[in-house]
Amino acid sequence: MNTDPRSVAGKRLEIAERTQILIVGAGPAGIAAARHAHQGGAQVMLVDEHPVPFETMGESVPQIWGGRMGGSVRNRNAMTERMLEARPDLAELFEAGVDIRLGTACWGLFANQPNLGWIPGLVAGLADEEQGSHLVGFDQAIVATGRRDMGLAFPGWDMPGVLGAGAALVLARLYNALDSRRAVMLGSTPEALLAVLELVSAGVAIAAVVEQAAAPAAPEDLVARIRAAGVEIVTGEAPRGVTSDADGVTGLVLRNRTIACDSVLLGVGAVPMIDLLHAAGARCAFDNDRGGFVPLLGAGGETSLPGIRAAGDCAGIWPAKSSDPALAVAEGRLAAGAALAALGLATAPADVAPQPGPAADLGEYRKAWVRASVVEAVAEMPVCQCEEVTAREILDVSPPRYLNAPHLPNLTRSLTEILGEGPPDPDQIKRLTRAGMGPCQGRRCREQIQALLALQEDLSLGVVPLAGYRSPVRPISLAAAAMPEDPAIAAAWDSWFGMPRQWIPFWDVEEHYTVAALATEKEHVSE
Amino acid sequence: MSANNPIPGVHSDDDTRGASVIVIGGGVTGLSTAFWLAEAGVEVLVLERGIVGWEASGRNGGGCSHHHSPLFAEEQRLWPMMDELLGYPTEFRPNRIRIALSAEQLTLYGRAVANARKQGFRADDLDAQTVRELVPLAGNNVHAGHYYHFGGHANPHRTVQAYAWALRDRGGRVRQHVTVTGFRRQGDRVTAVETDKGVFCCDHLVIAAGPQTGRLAAMLEVDIPMRAARAEMIVTEPLPLMPLGGIDGNGLYGRQTLRGNLAYGGGPHEWVETEAQPGGPRPSTPLAGSIARRVAELLPKAAHARVIRSWSGIIENTPDGRPVMDRPAPWENLTVATLSGVGFGLSPASGRALMQLVMQGHCDFADLSSLRLSRFSRLEPDWDALQGWLPASMATA
Repeated sequence: MNTDPRSVAGKRLEIAERTQILIVGAGPAGIAAARHAHQGGAQVMLVDEHPVPFETMGESVPQIWGGRMGGSVRNRNAMTERMLEARPDLAELFEAGVDIRLGTACWGLFANQPNLGWIPGLVAGLADEEQGSHLVGFDQAIVATGRRDMGLAFPGWDMPGVLGAGAALVLARLYNALDSRRAVMLGSTPEALLAVLELVSAGVAIAAVVEQAAAPAAPEDLVARIRAAGVEIVTGEAPRGVTSDADGVTGLVLRNRTIACDSVLLGVGAVPMIDLLHAAGARCAFDNDRGGFVPLLGAGGETSLPGIRAAGDCAGIWPAKSSDPALAVAEGRLAAGAALAALGLATAPADVAPQPGPAADLGEYRKAWVRASVVEAVAEMPVCQCEEVTAREILDVSPPRYLNAPHLPNLTRSLTEILGEGPPDPDQIKRLTRAGMGPCQGRRCREQIQALLALQEDLSLGVVPLAGYRSPVRPISLAAAAMPEDPAIAAAWDSWFGMPRQWIPFWDVEEHYTVAALATEKEHVSE
Repeated sequence: MSANNPIPGVHSDDDTRGASVIVIGGGVTGLSTAFWLAEAGVEVLVLERGIVGWEASGRNGGGCSHHHSPLFAEEQRLWPMMDELLGYPTEFRPNRIRIALSAEQLTLYGRAVANARKQGFRADDLDAQTVRELVPLAGNNVHAGHYYHFGGHANPHRTVQAYAWALRDRGGRVRQHVTVTGFRRQGDRVTAVETDKGVFCCDHLVIAAGPQTGRLAAMLEVDIPMRAARAEMIVTEPLPLMPLGGIDGNGLYGRQTLRGNLAYGGGPHEWVETEAQPGGPRPSTPLAGSIARRVAELLPKAAHARVIRSWSGIIENTPDGRPVMDRPAPWENLTVATLSGVGFGLSPASGRALMQLVMQGHCDFADLSSLRLSRFSRLEPDWDALQGWLPASMATA
């Protein structure tokens, strides 16, 4: 068969190394999966992006750190040691011979599938600060990337000191570098209150839990534990602003009082970190009982992409799982067992993955928070911090400020009139307003925009589609993104398809086009 | 309309309003055509399966410098007035610098410049030092360059939406999430479009549905040979604006956006199966790394800039890679259009030309004879295999 010399056909993807089972994320699920897979006789590579380079943390990657990383996070070696102290299992797995890569981000998973016939099987893109990027081929992957926090705008939320509840936990537990002495938690979900208890035990004073609703969202027993820990729960309040000094937040302003604190923790939504899976093309759907958009999973945690599995919080977050790591461990073991079976190293596991019970209406809760904090804010503030887009600009579908565009006729129309039938799509909003298009890759605004659009159109939260994730799901420099390349790619490189007749001038076009006539060579012209 | 005057007003069939002209496809070509029709006072309805400008129309380099096309002169005439004409910003900025990092690249780019000059457009030769003065992010590896006093770039997302809004402001309609399932006909006339949302009557039909154009035209026994391919681009975080954003070369197309991001594409494509139902996931590939390498070569002082996104688009291509804009026989009221993967920049001109094809049967400002479907009448039946355009999986999994 003839090949198009400018196409990918016949060109090799440079796969630097191979492993049987790749595990992304060294939390409870990832570690359990690595141990089980290793004990089952598979070759295992376990990667974790922590410790994250300081500069990358500054972009709210992968968590909303809010500038409360202590200075010690600049010292990568020290952070690696702290991480090993915090997770002694890692040292044990390393001793046992598991290939562990810390400080290594997985920025893309690529699976052979329709429209991607060129990808040889399953491939991951890894990057670390020292070596740049390279590709790893694998037979099975278990994605255990955990969770991140839903952002929530209020006046001053772009100040140092406003950080995610989960981010605070990572800084406190993994890095031992949380630069906060007294914090206020926004939100009273089980995840938020469990974070409060952990932070208190880590020595962080929690001045209060603030909840916009009339009562806490978490069950009574958990609320009682918070009260027993001496933490005040303030209901019916939402942030109106912050007080601050040169170091950032000094207090959280409510309607009738200001609570002194150096940090405000965003705890209104724990979000499964599905970026890697969604960007790879795995099918995802909104699941109220699993904390929002999650990958559709089959037996053994398999996603819609054969050979790629999910375990731990990125497969779903629910209260029982948040309060007991054993559930994530069980998911990790199950995914590893299924991966071993797929490799022919074990029989398929018979156990069933832990399932969530019915949860309170997460969509209504998140929408209520966005209404109370963002929509009813008394000042304009960016919802998308990177691109400085306000809620009003998002809902008006305003062109970005750098255009200094005159008043558009659109401002008098409803969102549906502006965008047409169907639920408003955050990706369309993103393209037109730039909300979600910045260097944080939408980590801080994605769920808020979803809620804003749902509120505006009076839709349930899950009806608004997910704003898509794109690889690389971690920002990497142009220099570090360049990878080893098959020389055949350079030899045939053209800016556009490189067809022999596409760019010749119209006055030089033959009356009839046939493939045979291409034997008459013409000078190659570029686009 | 060519033969008979359109009957303005409401058609009714299954409670759906048709239009004098129905355009299938809410990509940049269909939207521009509909805009120009609405501008001319024609009642027009655009049917789009998904969301307007969703596929390659909204994801491309945004370049507006198509020296090879019979529509080049009109492209250059129209772009500077599109913001005003549409009433919404397109982010169009004129002019371009193309940088060659080697003598070979300079020779290649020189041919395009010669073709533009022959049509009366000005392009200056730049030495390496001048390129570095004009392009702050360029480096010591510059060989030479050209300054185009024409062309330029616009923002694809914003432009496709501007067409949609401008056409709506003129009384035209866009229906999203409508899937075409068939056509109704009477003799040599198409009388209605059958969809999952009902039947829409029309006096004239325009098919401008990107990769779906071939399949839809085949339902009317019109053969438009085409194959679909995937191409990819990358985007960096914003950088300080260079004096001119229209900078490319080194085998890349693209620009610095007005926001400051570097958005570039180039390199190998993959021939893929045309989707029966478009709109599936569009994962990109590690080719992003190959593009990143070349952006860092083109603009070495930006090598630290972080890539924050990549994307891929599915693009249709005719056998010679050139557009089809025609009124195919035997149909009295059918116009078909594919811009063959190079539709964005040409869209102001292609839409206006298609409006004229619909209304008067010919275009009075450009010679479209090289874009007729009849040029493929002697095409080998297995042209796609002969050209190596068949999807070939290297799958090993």
